[in-house]
Amino acid sequence: MSDLNAQMVEKYRNSFLKEVEANVEEGEWVKMCMQCGVCSGSCPLGPYWEHPPQEIFMMIRAGKREEVLKSESMWMCTSCYNCIVRCPRGLPITHIMHGLAHYAERLGLAPKQNPTRRFALMFWDNIAKHGRVNETVLSIKLYFMDGFSAGIKRALEMLPVGLGMLKAKRFNPWGLFFHKGCKGKRDIQKILAKAREIELAKAAKFGG
Amino acid sequence: MAKKTYHYYPGCTAEKNASASNYETSVMAMCEVLDIELKEIPDWNCCGASIGYAGGGELPRLAMNARNLAIAEQENPELDVVATCAACWLAQRETKERLLEDDALMKECNEALAEAGLKYEAKQRVRHMVEVLIEDIGYEELGKHVKKPLEGLKIAGYVGCQTNRPFGIAGESFENPKYLDKMIETVGAEPVEDYEKKVQCCGGALAFSEPEKSQAMIKDIIEAAYDGGADMIVTPCPVCQMNVEVYQEQINKRYGTKFKMPVVYYSTLLAVAYGKSAKEAGLDGQVIPATKLEEIAKR
Amino acid sequence: MSDVKIGAYICKGCGLGDRLDTAALAKIAEREGKAAFAKEHDFLCSEAGVAMIREDIEKEGVNRVVIAACSRRAKTDAFAFDGDGVAVSRANLREGVIWARPDTEEARETTQEMAEDYVRMACAEVRYMTPPQPNPEAQTNRRILVVGGGVSGMTAALEAAKAGYEVTIVEKSGALGGWAAKLHRRVPDHAPYADPQETGVEAMIQSVEADPRIEVVLNARITRTSGAPGRFSADITTESGQTRTENFGAIIQASGFIPYDASKLPELGYGKTPDVVTQLELEELVRQAGGGPVKRPSDGKEVRSVVFVQCAGQRSDKEGHLPYCSGFCCTASIKQAMYFKDQNPDIDTTILYTDLRTPGYLEDFYRSGQRKGVIFTKGVASEVKPANGGGAVVHFKDLILDEDVQVEADLVVLATGMIPNSGVDIEKPEKREGQSDEDYQKALEEARVRMGLNPGEESVLNLQYRQGPDLPKLRYGFADSHFICFPYETRRTGIYATGPVRRPMDITQAMEDAVGATLKAIQALENAGKGRAAHPRVGDLSYPSFRRDGCTQCKRCTVECPFGAIDEDEERYPVFNESRCRRCGTCMGACPVRVISFENYSVDTVGQQIKAVDIPDEFSEKPRILVLACENDAYPALDMAAQNGIHYSPFVRIVPVRCLGSVNTIWVTDALNSGYDGVILMGCQKGENYQCHFVKGSEMAHYRMGKIGDSLEQLQLEVERVQTYEVAITDIERAPRLINEMEQLIEKIGMSPFKF
Repeated sequence: MSDLNAQMVEKYRNSFLKEVEANVEEGEWVKMCMQCGVCSGSCPLGPYWEHPPQEIFMMIRAGKREEVLKSESMWMCTSCYNCIVRCPRGLPITHIMHGLAHYAERLGLAPKQNPTRRFALMFWDNIAKHGRVNETVLSIKLYFMDGFSAGIKRALEMLPVGLGMLKAKRFNPWGLFFHKGCKGKRDIQKILAKAREIELAKAAKFGG
Repeated sequence: MAKKTYHYYPGCTAEKNASASNYETSVMAMCEVLDIELKEIPDWNCCGASIGYAGGGELPRLAMNARNLAIAEQENPELDVVATCAACWLAQRETKERLLEDDALMKECNEALAEAGLKYEAKQRVRHMVEVLIEDIGYEELGKHVKKPLEGLKIAGYVGCQTNRPFGIAGESFENPKYLDKMIETVGAEPVEDYEKKVQCCGGALAFSEPEKSQAMIKDIIEAAYDGGADMIVTPCPVCQMNVEVYQEQINKRYGTKFKMPVVYYSTLLAVAYGKSAKEAGLDGQVIPATKLEEIAKR
Repeated sequence: MSDVKIGAYICKGCGLGDRLDTAALAKIAEREGKAAFAKEHDFLCSEAGVAMIREDIEKEGVNRVVIAACSRRAKTDAFAFDGDGVAVSRANLREGVIWARPDTEEARETTQEMAEDYVRMACAEVRYMTPPQPNPEAQTNRRILVVGGGVSGMTAALEAAKAGYEVTIVEKSGALGGWAAKLHRRVPDHAPYADPQETGVEAMIQSVEADPRIEVVLNARITRTSGAPGRFSADITTESGQTRTENFGAIIQASGFIPYDASKLPELGYGKTPDVVTQLELEELVRQAGGGPVKRPSDGKEVRSVVFVQCAGQRSDKEGHLPYCSGFCCTASIKQAMYFKDQNPDIDTTILYTDLRTPGYLEDFYRSGQRKGVIFTKGVASEVKPANGGGAVVHFKDLILDEDVQVEADLVVLATGMIPNSGVDIEKPEKREGQSDEDYQKALEEARVRMGLNPGEESVLNLQYRQGPDLPKLRYGFADSHFICFPYETRRTGIYATGPVRRPMDITQAMEDAVGATLKAIQALENAGKGRAAHPRVGDLSYPSFRRDGCTQCKRCTVECPFGAIDEDEERYPVFNESRCRRCGTCMGACPVRVISFENYSVDTVGQQIKAVDIPDEFSEKPRILVLACENDAYPALDMAAQNGIHYSPFVRIVPVRCLGSVNTIWVTDALNSGYDGVILMGCQKGENYQCHFVKGSEMAHYRMGKIGDSLEQLQLEVERVQTYEVAITDIERAPRLINEMEQLIEKIGMSPFKF
């Protein structure tokens, strides 16, 4: 259990809902769900969610903290925003799902092996460092995330796709070495560090 | 029409040799004809896309976007910021709106920006290139520049997710937006009527992490286009374009299909119709060649 | 009939002139229809056309007008010549003939024949019509009796008083206010619908007491009601046994509801621990707390957690439960959860619901509850048990998470429902002689559905009507005639049920409802004074009368009247209470000796139309089909079919009737006797979900036609020649099809042998 998680468990022993409201992006909306299920029915990956959004909201109200935060469900979100535009109660569901996933990640509860989680973190690392996406580095990291041999296998599977892109000049093999990113990458790093600091201070305030 | 000038936010995929560099090429060709001047935001950074949520969380992501907007504001607060990528547009616009309606968040964000000596006030409009075309130029004007009508082509207007939701284009419905169909008509081609998968998700970033699930959706998108008799698919989003175009061979292997459906951008169509060469229209960037467009471009 | 002067007017507009030989029609009207004259006009409903007819009425003494033009449902304003000694009949040549037929050369002859028959029929009808006169004995009384002094009754009284009418409220208890007076707060009735609000009952009582037009009689009951709209007489008896008799023009029954008896719910813990209470009991607990924390009844501990169990003993098929939704309880629980949250946001409040129903703008109230932190859990409680050390444990199935859960709470509130207080079952089945056990059981089951859990022990109105002392019940004991089409209209004209005695409702709805019922009561008493019908044939001056010397005192009319409008005198002759009458003619249809008639609608006005039709001989291959169609549904359905270009057989002749209940079997047997090949009766949906404007009319007709088989056998005719259908106003494709099917049937079984 991470330190932050231990803190949060202590603070919100009786109300996971309150914890979510305080710490999760747009979390104060969770209580407004009226359980119609339109979100679940509108999600393109709906059938793959162990707990579709409607259920997640109910679980939060029912205090199922571990089950929610450890769930792979939120990581199924493709950010298509279908649930948002259809929710009759106007809940920013996509953001809540992102927020829950991020919160779970911060607490160290997110499912470690979930491929979307791993890709998403890689992606963020990539841009947080350079300011811009280095598609080459990102794809190579993605292929090799399960180790060298799995990476080779995956790279071979993806080879035709890569070659197609290369031929169309939409893939840059030299990007591995020569992608520069932003000039102001130091600035960006400073901004991000500060933003993170503010966010943690806020969580600590609610949590402490 | 007088020259129109905007701040331009191309986004990571539009960089040279990046996955949507062909989009960039066609946009430039199109803008030249329409007398649109795009002033690239100096040293812009990535918007974080949606998938950035996991590592980025709320404030860091907003701050990252606000940096772009703050730089643009510093340059010239009078100009709108225009993005061509759906994810870029969405992230920038969301940032602007969230910060505008939440003073506390704005304050925190500026605290972070101050680290780089920046300040954001949310003065400018954040817009998608499609909005510029529809609202500032208008279909009529778009049609006036057509030199080579794309006659005989049937095209499925695939709008996808993020140019459609949660903001969408003003006056369009989330469930059946019509603007791509109208553009298709404007360049003299025929839109696939009632294209069933018009706003279906392609999987977005999950095409990388959950390829099977994404490709099942992509398959439906392409199949519906074939069912409608389409010669090609047109889209306003680089993620949609790439996902729907480049995995067709894998999908063919997985499902035994024989897909070979070109997927182009609205800007590709406009550039070709405006008489630009295949190269200028970015057609050399197709993984699946849009042969019929090439032929028209050659004429 | 010497002073009858028929003027027939044949319109040539709307294509009638092109499709029909109107000159021939004019000739028929004069020669066969015995019109004094017949005139053709290019555009009869125009100002000029109407002026022409007016002039003939004024200068030529025309007192019977035949309009051969469009359907009687069209241009009613232009052709409103009736009254003042003039009667009008309409030959439906447009919707009934040219629009129902193809415009082809081969169809021309049969189409013309159709039109000719309709002209004959209209002339025959109008000849036998008497222009209706208001009943010279019509009278009224502008005082309204309101039975019940709750929110509904008080609202009705205040509204009536505001409109200038005197009111007497009779309340059985010792105080005004009803159940609402026992509430701490009520659900809000205005924006932003965010918080519970003052009930307003005190202020309402003060207004009632201060109003000089309103008299309040407490501790009193109605021990006798007789009369009719405009002249009701009621005995008001107080607890002390004193009775006084008062006259009223109309009655509003606002007798309210009886709370469901929660002791029928031991499985939900009621009676097993004092910490399980009903919503009403919680109001009392909150009032006792006086703004401070609510205390647990068992031990006086401050309540820190509450679970509300919705639909307790409601929306359930279980014996002793209410099958319906009482409608008010979801928002009442939200309100009550707010009592706790507003007092202390840290108190856990959970509402256990299956379908949250928040009528009107109360969705905002629901949202407000969510904002205040009330937890809404979709689940069904299976059991509530007393917990060790006070409070209770609620066992429930979470319907979203699909799991059995239990939750402990200091207090459990059961959302129990309302039972109408509507008096006794006047249709209580008694085993009739010769009735099979099975039929009797069926009747008992029907009575069970009709009465629900209404105890039905004591009458509210004590009506001295032949049909019994209270209002008929529609379902589950609620006194209504049709929840959707005719709110407030009970089956007793001039007596309007309002509030929860009519259907389950909350305070806002009851107040709105009472305004409606008051307007209906005013309408009824005012119309009674003018001798006119109030509903549904608004303004109809005709009313039934009977020929005493022909009457056999068989009582069928009194029994079959759906509205209890007919009493019997000492010699068992019918006594028509014209102001109770809805003018449907069910009595006329019932009368075996045909002595009942209206001035402008009688056995003759229809019978003569049937006779007027030209019946071609057996070998003509031109059968004749008679359709008797309800004027409210089937007739407009056929009009609309024609408007939509749906064609049907040219051999049909359609006669609109006020209600299928008014169809006297003599019309059917006469038609068959005179050579019609088939007869179709089209009425409204009958039975439990009836659509009949007159409630029982269609049902009576079906019942009567079920017995016509004997007559057909005597005539040695196939029974299929007479068909009775339920036709809805939306059946625009089906109604013509039924006609065409009859034509095909006749083709199959052959023409009637009764042609002359």
